[in-house]
Formats: sequence, structure tokens, C-alpha cells
Amino acid sequence: MEGDRKFGDPILEVQDINLSFGGVTALEGVSFDILNGEVRAIIGPNGAGKSSMLNVINGFYHPQQGQITYKGKTRRQMRPHHAASSGIARTFQNIALFKGMSTLDNIMTGRNTKMRKNLLWQALYLGPAKREELEHRDFVEHVIDFLEIQAIRKTPVGKLPYGMQKRVELGRALAAEPELLLLDEPMAGMNLEEKEDMCRFVLDVNDQFGTTIALIEHDMGVVMDISDRVVVLDYGKKIADGTPEEVRADQRVIEAYLGVTRDDN
Amino acid sequence: MFYREAGQFKTDYASDQALFPIAQDRWFVLAVLFVAVAVVPFFVDDYWANAITLPFLIYALAAIGLNLLTGYCGQVSLGTGGFMAVGAFSTFKLTTAFPELNFIVVILLSGAITAGVGVLFGIPSLRIKGFYLAVATLAAQFFLVWLFNKVDWFLNYSPTGQISMPPREIFGILITGPRAAPEAKYLFCLIFIGIFALLAKNLVRGRVGRSWMAIRDMDIAAELIGIRPLEAKLTAFAVSSFYVGMAGSLYFGVWLGAAEPIEAFGIEQSFLVLFMIIVGGLGSILGSFLGAAFITLMPILMKNFMVDGLQLAVVTAKHIEITMLGVLIIFFLIVEPHGFARLWQIAKEKLRLWPFPH
Repeated sequence: MEGDRKFGDPILEVQDINLSFGGVTALEGVSFDILNGEVRAIIGPNGAGKSSMLNVINGFYHPQQGQITYKGKTRRQMRPHHAASSGIARTFQNIALFKGMSTLDNIMTGRNTKMRKNLLWQALYLGPAKREELEHRDFVEHVIDFLEIQAIRKTPVGKLPYGMQKRVELGRALAAEPELLLLDEPMAGMNLEEKEDMCRFVLDVNDQFGTTIALIEHDMGVVMDISDRVVVLDYGKKIADGTPEEVRADQRVIEAYLGVTRDDN
Repeated sequence: MFYREAGQFKTDYASDQALFPIAQDRWFVLAVLFVAVAVVPFFVDDYWANAITLPFLIYALAAIGLNLLTGYCGQVSLGTGGFMAVGAFSTFKLTTAFPELNFIVVILLSGAITAGVGVLFGIPSLRIKGFYLAVATLAAQFFLVWLFNKVDWFLNYSPTGQISMPPREIFGILITGPRAAPEAKYLFCLIFIGIFALLAKNLVRGRVGRSWMAIRDMDIAAELIGIRPLEAKLTAFAVSSFYVGMAGSLYFGVWLGAAEPIEAFGIEQSFLVLFMIIVGGLGSILGSFLGAAFITLMPILMKNFMVDGLQLAVVTAKHIEITMLGVLIIFFLIVEPHGFARLWQIAKEKLRLWPFPH
């Protein structure tokens, strides 16, 4: 990424997050911020707590300690529907599409929080309800164009290949017009070509819509190429935070990734 | 050869979102409607109304109701019979307490009361899923039927333990009671159920339907993209029970005319409707009709064939009929687990290519 990209104020700050399940600690005193408009990567070895961190951000896990400041509002924990309606969208590590529905319907669900007409109007499918449905369809068609998935609009997503499913899932998140997009391993299990496509989409989303992106990724090449700043987690603790160059040179990061025996206990 | 969509271009999203985007489908549906409205009434006598058309239409309505809940929202329910009973008893109490109330209003109110009861029994669905939920709804089935049987107020203190429908008119035409004309009953049910099938179809292709299907397919992801499980599940229970309640109301008011709670609304009803949506197709409005047609008409066809065709004794024919119905259900489930609706779709896809499949 070329140097002089300017970012705004933090859109999200997490402070001193502690999360444990029973006796197992998943996150311990993690704090970092995400600036408006940047691509922020969260990396770390398996089990470091990366996905847990995303789950805390969009309210699926409730941390025992710490606070989350999102768009200037500080709270102990988020609620999933609150996170969704205030502009946080995400994709999942293991594809979580609605398998029985078509690509179009899947992406349309991303607009659910923006649709207002009540049950009776929808049952009649007249006037305002129809107009609302068509307006949202129009928006969804833009997302479909953007992701180049016009040909599979009416295909049930269960029948699509893996790479396409990942793309549809990104589409569903984009349909919500997020301000903060959380991507949980968007390139996992893809071949080189699919990864390049996905990188292009991620950068385009960031560039064209100004969406702030937080992504978890294992492919270091990808992370170093597309992210502005990187947080490194290991065993639930933050061990490094900075630009890709700084992180790459950090001794603790190298140890965490290469596995160094410690004698401190 | 004639089923082609070539040349039918859509220039806006409205026409692409239409119920029947393909012209041939539109003509076919219109033809079916024309036959149902303008031809069938001339042939409907008491036997055709009470043994064939009314059961088909009324069970189709109940099947749509259960399909909204089980097929679209993924919440298994075995309480259909109990909810039909709520609809029937609401109709009975409303018509006897307010004799001047229009029958259509009575049916809608019965549906609304059932919706309330359905939401009440749907609350456990927020914590339990699958088989466990099915067992919870089974409690609704037994409790409701027991309640109606036990509390005399619901039966208007009738000494026989039966409820019977007083005659009611709509626009001056007698619809209920023993003296109502079969074609009037048939046409009333046809129009009523046609309208509500259309409304159900509109619901499932809009926001509400999508949030139900999202809950069905992956509830955690649905929650994380902003769908509230509480709202989605309870609206599914409410709308589903509304439909089932109206079906119960018509079942008692128009078709049976008189009913006895345990016999008319037992657990067999719940299973029958569940079979209909499984055989017809889960998550399909058309499938609800096809399943209802199969389950209500198949026994009649087989009985006619065995008793009149093969000269078997009626009792023997009945036993064979029940066995064969079970066998056929299993057969269809193995051959096409997605039901008749899926078969219909495959047939249409084949027809598009016929007679040159490559």
C-alpha cells in the first residue's frame, strides 16, 4: 500500500477487553482502535482470539470486562441487531449463507434492517411495500454488478462453488451499506486467482465506498499487501500493533509465528 | 416445445419480481382459475363438495399455515390440530354470542384469536429447537383439545359434547348449515383460500419471508446481520396460527357443520397436515396445495378403484388404502424428498428443453 493515506478519527475503539468461557481465557486486556477509512488486519496463530475479537465487536460475545467505543458512543457490550443497524456488517470464517435461498434473496436479507413496511403491507404487496421492495432490489443489483455475480443471481447458494459463496457472503454484508466491515478470513481456502479477485473487491470497497475494513487473514502476503495497520494477537493478548513493516520486524511476532520455547516459567 | 421464455425480456425489476414472470405460466394459472371458478361449480354436488373440494381447499389452507412455520421458518409444529380447534371453537363462540356478526369477520377474528394462542405456545421456540420444540407443540395439541373437551363453557353447555354451526349468510347466500348449497360453499372457500394463498405468497417473497428463511437456514448468521430471532419466530407462529385458525374455522363452520373436539381435532389432524407439507414440498405455497390434494384425494381414488373396480369388501379396501397411503408417502419421500413442488419445477425445466434436451 502506498504511503500517504490519510485516515480520520477512530470509528471503533476497544479498551481492555477480557473475555473468557468458563475457565478458558479467550481475550485478555486487548485494546486497539480502528481509524475511519483504513484497512485494519487482525492476525495471529490459530486460537489467538481473532474471531472472538470480531464476535465481541459485533455483539455476539459479551466480554466480562472492558468497553467498546463505536462512533463516539461507549458501551460495555454491543447487541447483534444494534451493531447491524448502526452500520457494522460481517462475513464468517465458515460460510454462513442461507443455503435454501437464491443469491439475490441472500443479498436482499442484508437490507432487512433498512426495510420498514410492516407485515400487512407486505402481504398485500401493493403501493408502498412494492415500491420499497423494488428500491432495495435496485440497490442489491448494484452490489451484484460490483461483485460481478450477475449470472448466479437466481441460483440457490447451496449449489455454488466455494469461492462464489464467499463472494455472495461479501455481497450480503455490503448490501447493508456498512460503515465498518468485519471480514473473517475472506480468502481462506481460495486459490491464487480467487484470492486476487477477493483482494481487489476488498480494496475497491474501501476505496469506492470509503468503508472501514477490519479483516482476519492467515495469508501473510495478502495481509502485508492490503492492510494499512496490523494488530497481532497471541494467546488472547495483543503482542504488536502497527504498520505491516513494523509488525513484520517485531521480535515477539516472529517468535509467535515461528514458535520459540520460552523459559520464563 | 411451447414452453419457452425466449423473447420475453424484462426491462424493469417489477416485472422480474412478478409472481409469474413467464407468460406461459400466467396463461396456465388463469386457465386453472377459470376452470375452478366457472366450470367446477356446475358439477359440484353434495358428494363432490363434502368429500373432495372442501377437504382439499380447507386442508390446503391449513397446510399453507403450517408451511409458513415449518417450511419457511424451520420451526417444527405438531400442534396444528389444536390450533384448528382454537379456530373452530372461536367461530362457534363468536357466531352464537354475536349472531349478527358477518361470517367473514368471524373467520378473521377466529384466525386472530388463534394467532394469539399460537404466539403463546411459540414462546418456547426462542430457547428450544427441532425435536424438542416439536414435543413442546405437542403439549399445545393435547392441552387445547383437553381444554375444549373439559370446559363446558366452550361447548355452550351442550349435553352431547358437540358443537354445531348455525346457518349463516354472506351477501344473502347461505354458506353454513345443512341447507347451504354445495356450490356456494365451494365457491366461498375457493375465493377465500385463493386470496389468502396469494397473501401468503406475497409475505414469503418479501422481507418477512426472507427473515423467516434466514432463521431456518442459519439462525446465528441471521441474528448477526440484524434479524431479531424473537421477532421473526413469533411473527411466524402468529401468521401460521392465523392461517391454521381460519382453516379450523372453515373446517368446522363450512365443511363439517358439527364437531366433537377429540374426534375432529386430534393428533391425527396434526400429522395429516404435516404429511401434506412434507409430501407437497417444504417451503412452497404451491406444495401446500399439491400435498393437500394428494393426501385428501388419494384415499378416495384408491377406495373407488378397489371397491368399484376390484369388487373388494369395503373394510378390506379401507385397510389396503391406509397401508398404501403409507407406502406411497415413503415412496415419494425417497424418490423426491423435496416434494411435489420440486417435481413440478423439474418438469418445467425439462419442458423448456423438450423435445431437444441437448
